This record gives sequence, structure tokens and C-alpha cells, in this order.
Amino acid sequence: MKNYKDWIIEKILLVLGISSIVVLAMIFLFLLKDGLQFFSVVSLKDFLTGDTWLPTSKPASFGILPLLVGSFAVTLVALTIAVPFGLALAIYLGEIASSRTKEILKPTVELLAAIPSVVYGFIGITVIAPAVKSFFNISSGFTLFTGGLILALMALPTIVSIAEDALHAVPGSYKEASLALGASSWETIVHVILPAAKSGLIAAIMLGMGRVIGETMTVLMVTGNAPIIPGSIFESGRTMTATIAAEMGETVHGSTHYYSLFGIGLVLFTITFAINFTADYFVQRQRG
Amino acid sequence: MSRADKIDVKNLSVYYGNDPAVKNISILIPEKKATALIGPSGCGKSTFLRTINRMNDLIPGARIEGNVLVDGQDIYDPKADVVEIRTRVGMVFQRPNPFPKSIFENVAYGPRRHGNNRKADLEEIVEKSLTEAALWGEVKDRLNDFALDLSGGQQQRLCIARALAIQPEVLLMDEPASALDPISTAKVEDLIDELKKDYTIVIVTHNMQQAARVSDKTAFFLSGELIEFDETSKIFTNPQDKRTEDYITGRFG
Ligand SMILES: Nc1ncnc2c1ncn2[C@@H]1O[C@H](COP(=O)(O)OP(=O)(O)O)[C@@H](O)[C@H]1O
Ligand SMILES: [Mg+2]
Repeated sequence: MKNYKDWIIEKILLVLGISSIVVLAMIFLFLLKDGLQFFSVVSLKDFLTGDTWLPTSKPASFGILPLLVGSFAVTLVALTIAVPFGLALAIYLGEIASSRTKEILKPTVELLAAIPSVVYGFIGITVIAPAVKSFFNISSGFTLFTGGLILALMALPTIVSIAEDALHAVPGSYKEASLALGASSWETIVHVILPAAKSGLIAAIMLGMGRVIGETMTVLMVTGNAPIIPGSIFESGRTMTATIAAEMGETVHGSTHYYSLFGIGLVLFTITFAINFTADYFVQRQRG
Repeated sequence: MSRADKIDVKNLSVYYGNDPAVKNISILIPEKKATALIGPSGCGKSTFLRTINRMNDLIPGARIEGNVLVDGQDIYDPKADVVEIRTRVGMVFQRPNPFPKSIFENVAYGPRRHGNNRKADLEEIVEKSLTEAALWGEVKDRLNDFALDLSGGQQQRLCIARALAIQPEVLLMDEPASALDPISTAKVEDLIDELKKDYTIVIVTHNMQQAARVSDKTAFFLSGELIEFDETSKIFTNPQDKRTEDYITGRFG
């Protein structure tokens, strides 16, 4: 009886597993089909290195460099903030906080992941953008920096929870050995626990990065959306995701513009796939 | 306490909750000798051992009463420095637990934490400690190899070398050979025999032959109490307490 149940559960999981792979492959093929359609009109090189994104003017120009720069800039800002804070928080939660503090702090951080991104965008528009404007004394608060700031908050729960898992996976016997040698708790964290958890910590950062690059709604709402190469992070800019979201509804189905958005999707897919693949490599290493 | 006594434990009790795991123990542990702690599983041997370098501090809720003096200094004095205590009183654990680092870095870990980072010094310490731990010959050509690739017995001797590298005065060993094969066990026992010339050794074991082979004095624990403490030869040939006799003749535990 029990074996029969096991068998059914096993098969159901197998079907679910296979179908997720099939779905992923179909998404990729779908993107590839429409994306390739586009690359028969505009070369991949012009697409990736062109510095002008004017898909609707005549003649149209399909250079996504400004969008790549926009995505790169918000990611850089977000990670510069979220990585140190996220790792520090994970270390605090995993190694220092009392169990009571942890009981309060951990769900709070996890709650950040439950807030819909449109709400982050809303807070960005009403609170953070004005604050950035007055703090840095700039003409508009809708900048790449503002986007990065909010994305940092959104990436935090991913980084914290995966990093904490990685720290948790370090055998307690390493810690005991270090303390028994007269090392302080802090030395033990720095010289034993962090190095032992390294792979998992890198995975945490990579997955946080994937979260940031793939995010759409928030950046669409707060970065100002000018598809030009920004002079600094305190200027307006636009990401790849925001471009797809903003233009998809307005384009004529089957036009070059329409296909160019699939081209962007393909680039985005390739980037996030590479990030997740790398993260997975490090997660495996941590376990093995 | 005579000059030859290194550790003086007075009326020590250890609690994990309400019930004591170690009950009102007083014992004088001699310097540069091996003292064995024997007794059935769960009788408080490890708990007692870990009070001597304050490793019980790490267990939430653990609480002690009484005093533990090392060289006359109360290690539970609020002014006592835990780092300094653990530097003087080293520990080797039941399961070999080398760091996931190279052989060299494992041994150099303690000295580095205590501020010695000179390469030449470290090389000297590493060689000396590995030699003392009877491992040098086996690893001298591959000090940069990953420590976890050594055999279990080699890993345990590496852990002993690592503990020796900060020149402790006391070495606490909690069943150091219980996870090892017989050949490695014999090596570790020979090593203890050698080390007790220079170090005060306190070793927990539930293997009575081992206690008889390596120790000078033996303490028998039962249900958190110290039942009998005497010369090892006397404990094994002429125990004073009926319970000790029952235990060493294998009638229980
Ligand atoms: N961390 C702990 N928390 C609660 N109880 C413990 C802990 N460690 C040991 N004990 C209890 O204390 C008693 C003595 O354990 P221990 O010192 O490990 O004995 P031994 O080393 O002689 O086998 C046992 O009853 C055990 O369950
Ligand atoms: Mg024990």
C-alpha cells in the first residue's frame, strides 16, 4: 500500500518536473523564434552596441546599449547596497542574534519578499524619489539610483535567507574547534564560518542579482524611463525589462518594433539564465 | 592542592535545565599526567570535561556552580579571560573536526589567531606540532593538501597537532579514538603516552582497556557523580566502591 502511494507521488513529481522543463524550453523556443525574426532585419551587433533606442521614429534605430547600461546601473547600485547589508544581516541572524531577536527579525525580512513590486514602485514614487531629489539636490528624483535603492530592498530577503542557510549549513564542529583554540567569536566567523560557507554566499548574491535584473514594475515606475545612455546614476534611465513592459502594449503586432522587444527578452533570458546557472553551480558546491 | 596538581575542581555542579548533569564534584587533577574519565554513557563525562575550558559557555541554558581552578586561578571568575583560558587548556573532540583548509593552515590557525603571522615562525610551529602529534612523516610532502582528504586517524592526529600549536598546558580529549579504526586508535594511544610527559591530559573514554593503557589516574563517574578517583592500577585491580567494580568488570554500562 505504502509503496503504491510512493509510486504515485513519485510519478506526479516526475511529471511536474518534466513539465517545468518543457515549459522552460517552450518559453525559450518562443523567444528564440520571434527574436530571430528580428535579427534577420537588424544585426545582433548593431542591436547590442547601438547607442540609440528609437524604435518608432523614421528611420527607426534599435540599439539597446542604453537599456543594457540602465539595467547594469540599477543592478550595480542595488547590489552595492544589498550585498553588504544582506550578508551582515545573515551573519547577525545566523551567528549573533538571540533566538528571540531572530524570531522577530527573520519574518520581518521575509515579509519584504511578500510585498508586490507595484507597491514598492508606489512607495518609490511617493516617498523615495522625492527624498532622493532633495537629499542629492537634483532636478528629478526619478533616477537609476532611486531604482537601485528600491531594488536593493527587494533583493534583501533573497540574499539574507539563502546566505543564512549557507551559514547554517556550516558544521557546528568547525565553530567549536575554532573557539577551543582561543579564537574569539568574531575571528571564528571571519576565518572559519564565512570561508566554509563561501559557495553558498556567492549563490545568495547571484540569486539576488537575478531578482534585481528581472524586476520590471518598480524600475518602470521610478527610474524616469529615458532610453538614453545616462551620464551618471543620478540621471534618468531605462532598463530592458521596463522597455518591454512599457512598449509591448503600444507596438503593432508583427512589426519590427514588436520583434525587437522579443530580442530584448532573449538577451534578458540569456543573462538571467547564466546568473542562475552560476548560482546553482555554487549551491551544488556548498552541498558537495 | 599540592604543587603537582594542575586542576582543582571544587563542588562543581552543572545544570542544563533543572536537573544537574554533574553533581557536586571535587577532584584534583595532577600535572603532566594522564587522567582518564570513565563511566557509562550519559553520566556527565563530557559535561565535566567541557567545564575545564569553558566550552559549556556555548550551550544556551547551561549553568555551573562551584569552582574550577587551573594553576590556582578560578577560570569562572567574572574577570577571567575565556580566550586566555582556552589558549592554556586545549581540546580534542570525539569526531575529528579539521577545518576545510589545508593541513598547514589547520595547524597554523591557532598561532595566527594569537597574532603570529610570520611565515618562518609558522613553518617552524607547524613542523614541531605535527612531529609532536606523530603525523609529520606522513604529511610533510603535502602540507598544502586539503585536510579533509586525510584518513580519519590522520585527521584526529592533525586535530591534536592543531591543539598543540598554541602550546597549551592542558589537553582535554573527549573520546578521541572512538571514531577511529584499531590501528589509528593504537597510534593515538601511543601519542597520548608520549604527550603526557609534557602536558596535563584529561581523557574521556568508555573503553576501559584504553583507560588502563594510557592513564595514570582514573575517575569513575556514574549519574553525574564522581564515585571513585584513584591511581589507574588501583581502580582496575582493587576498586573501593562496589559500583566501580561492577562497571569495570562489565556488569553494567
Ligand atoms: N547540550 C545539552 N543540553 C541538555 N542536556 C545535555 C546536553 N549535553 C548533555 N546533556 C545531558 O547531560 C547528561 C550528561 O551528558 P554527557 O556529559 O554528554 O555524558 P557522557 O559524556 O558521559 O556520555 C546526559 O543526561 C545528557 O542528556
Ligand atoms: Mg560524552
